[in-house]
Amino acid sequence: MQNQTILNFAIRYGFLILLAGLVIFFSVAASGFAGPRSAVFIFQSVAITGILALGVTCTLVVGGFDLSIGSVATSALMLSAYMMVVLEQSAVVAVIACLLMGALVGLVNGLLIVKMKVPDLLATLGMMFLLIGLQRIPTEGRSISTGMNLPDGSTAEGVFSPAFLWLGRHRFDLVLENLIPVPVVVFLIVGVLVWVFLELTRHGRLMYAIGSNERAAGLAGTNVTRYKILAYMISGVLASVGGILLAARLGRGDIASGNNLLLDSVAAGLIGFAVLGAAKPNAFGTAVGALFVGILLQGLTMMNAPYYTQDFVKGAVLVVALVFTFALSSRRGGGGH
Amino acid sequence: MTNAACTIAGVEKAFGPNRVLRGIDLTLASGQVTVLMGANGAGKSTLVKLLCGVHQPDGGRIELFGQPYAPATPAEAIRAGVVTVHQSINDGVIPDLDVASNLMLDRLADAGSGFFVRSRALRAEASRIAAAMGLDLDVRAKVGDLGVAERQLIAIARAMARHPKVLILDEPTSSLSATEAERLFALLDRLREQGVAILYISHRMSDIRRIADRIISMRDGQISGVFEDTPLDYEGAVTAMLGHGLTSVDITIPAPGPQVLRLQGLQLSPDSPPIDLSVCRGEVVAVTGLLGSGKSALASILFGLAPAAGGTMTLNGTQYAPVSPRDAIRSGVFLCSKDRASNGVIPDLDITGNITLPFTRRHSHLSFLSATSERTTARSMIDHLGIVCQGSNDAIDTLSGGNQQKVMVGRWLAEPSQVLLLDEPFQGVDIRARRDIGNRIRDGAADRATLVFAAEPDEALEIADRIIILNEEALVGEHRNENVDLNRMLAQISGQEIAMGLN
Repeated sequence: MQNQTILNFAIRYGFLILLAGLVIFFSVAASGFAGPRSAVFIFQSVAITGILALGVTCTLVVGGFDLSIGSVATSALMLSAYMMVVLEQSAVVAVIACLLMGALVGLVNGLLIVKMKVPDLLATLGMMFLLIGLQRIPTEGRSISTGMNLPDGSTAEGVFSPAFLWLGRHRFDLVLENLIPVPVVVFLIVGVLVWVFLELTRHGRLMYAIGSNERAAGLAGTNVTRYKILAYMISGVLASVGGILLAARLGRGDIASGNNLLLDSVAAGLIGFAVLGAAKPNAFGTAVGALFVGILLQGLTMMNAPYYTQDFVKGAVLVVALVFTFALSSRRGGGGH
Repeated sequence: MTNAACTIAGVEKAFGPNRVLRGIDLTLASGQVTVLMGANGAGKSTLVKLLCGVHQPDGGRIELFGQPYAPATPAEAIRAGVVTVHQSINDGVIPDLDVASNLMLDRLADAGSGFFVRSRALRAEASRIAAAMGLDLDVRAKVGDLGVAERQLIAIARAMARHPKVLILDEPTSSLSATEAERLFALLDRLREQGVAILYISHRMSDIRRIADRIISMRDGQISGVFEDTPLDYEGAVTAMLGHGLTSVDITIPAPGPQVLRLQGLQLSPDSPPIDLSVCRGEVVAVTGLLGSGKSALASILFGLAPAAGGTMTLNGTQYAPVSPRDAIRSGVFLCSKDRASNGVIPDLDITGNITLPFTRRHSHLSFLSATSERTTARSMIDHLGIVCQGSNDAIDTLSGGNQQKVMVGRWLAEPSQVLLLDEPFQGVDIRARRDIGNRIRDGAADRATLVFAAEPDEALEIADRIIILNEEALVGEHRNENVDLNRMLAQISGQEIAMGLN
């Protein structure tokens, strides 16, 4: 009984305690780690990954998976640059075009999976390849920036509008001047919205039901098709939001950016399983998962760990979190009966 | 009697607290077809799994030709000469391989068969087996491209290729046409002459009449009847399988209200005879029949899971043709599905979430769920059905089977319905839960039409005002639940009455 209580406590709060322990450790060990600037830096480093991870969380909730989010984000990056630099459109048009592109990709993913019965991993893998290729075609594989030579021989005259760059570069005042960057605010807002949607609305409840037992949910009158497609559309739109913010920060359509987005955000979503012992995808867990990785990397960097150890650290965190989720939770389930 | 191939003595098996087999004594003789009959949950499948090495018995012993027989794995059982064709065809074949590879799979899996596949030798051997089976197939065809019946025959042919001494067939004809089934029976006749002991599990009376030398009835984990005198007493076997002492419960049949649901010339499949049926408000009608009699098909059509092959349905006088469960629910037709684990329970949701699932709209404002509203409904259902739990937020998988089933029934009792369909609502629940569920179904029946689908006639007698009997997708009997002629009812269930009429 005593052991059972301790185990339950460990499963529920273990990951948050670990997170608090890390923060305390780095605050003591690395000078300059504790402080608003450093905290904001961590948030900023995980904001875009976190937004993508919140999208993939929605697909995980319905029992699916979206591997195309990284390429949707980079496509949005290239599309926004193309809209402004080559087609000389305004920031609003560029943003709307990107969001529509994300929704469309999500819709196609959803239709492939629901209507064509393509397994989710394969459908979104295919979409990933397709988008990686597609985003290079208009510029013949080159990055987009003002003054570049276009395929027809002319020069691109457009510029990234200041309003668009504001999205990536503006900082709001909070306690200190110019503290919080826009992407961090967007991340927090998206996090709250996704959390509210999944936890408090009936749509979220039905999506969890579909992920847990799709047949039973359908027999209870749930429109399984519509909710699954919706989940992929949310994922696609959030991925394009991430891409827009990345473009706004970089200020150019850089073909090589965003390579790590997919793995990092999927990892954040999966680490989220372990938070509060949920053992299922959840918005709060995903946000904490993203922050966890951010804090660890920031702390290690400040303690002079070389950059090339970063992926190793992320992978190790993911493996530990998965052990937390699956091994410990199943022991709890086994012991409870 | 011929010599015994396999002797089972006092075999017991329990899964947790659930005693599935309670002392089985059974002898399979060489050169004889023993038919095993039993309702769902009687323990047939468990017995088969003990014989083919999937499970090990808890007590008792099994002998094969006088030697102790205790296979630890299916492979060991096959080596000993006990070969099984399972009910689910896809257990028997690998769709991505060709016919020859499928027929010779065991040879390929054999450790001593070498590293490289010798295609030509393989195909020659496979053709020989196929020819012996009367299978007219290109052995190079991919099994995935073949029809269900052909796959089933391949699975059976594969079993033959292992030269069985004891052959177990679990519902082998369920996907075969009459001609194909006859091919199988001819083959079984030949094997019987060769001295193979055959255990044949089936519900189809036509199969049983054709092939059985002996019938064993099973009920609640025990042998409830052995029939080996010719002519075989088929009706007695069905009675033994469904249980004697059918208890008549005191049912006061209310005066029927206005007609709610009406089926006119409804056909369950294109070749089946039309069904006419009407159900009134306040009435509880039980639909009973053996497996495959069309109960589930009828429930599926009424709930919009499958279209009717013909005929019309009306609900409160207007045309009713649901295209999806959503559509049916919107019209006020609810179905509490059978097999709650796969069709009902949402393991990740708590009791409340499981109960309110179909009607979240009622419990939310602007899509935001109201915890209070949900809790009120859940608590009232917990009290109403007597669900034993700590509270309405308990995880569903902490409940016992009977209580989970109560949650499933509560899900559909929580909102008023026009027609409530309950498919096997007493499946896997103990007697107490069964009483509770039955009483609650009858309590609220005044405001709706209720249809209960139950394979067990005593469940039907326990709950219904009127009993409808289906056999091979035809409506063959209708009884008002007052002094029901049980023998006649059982004869109708087993299809005996029609057969006698035809002869």
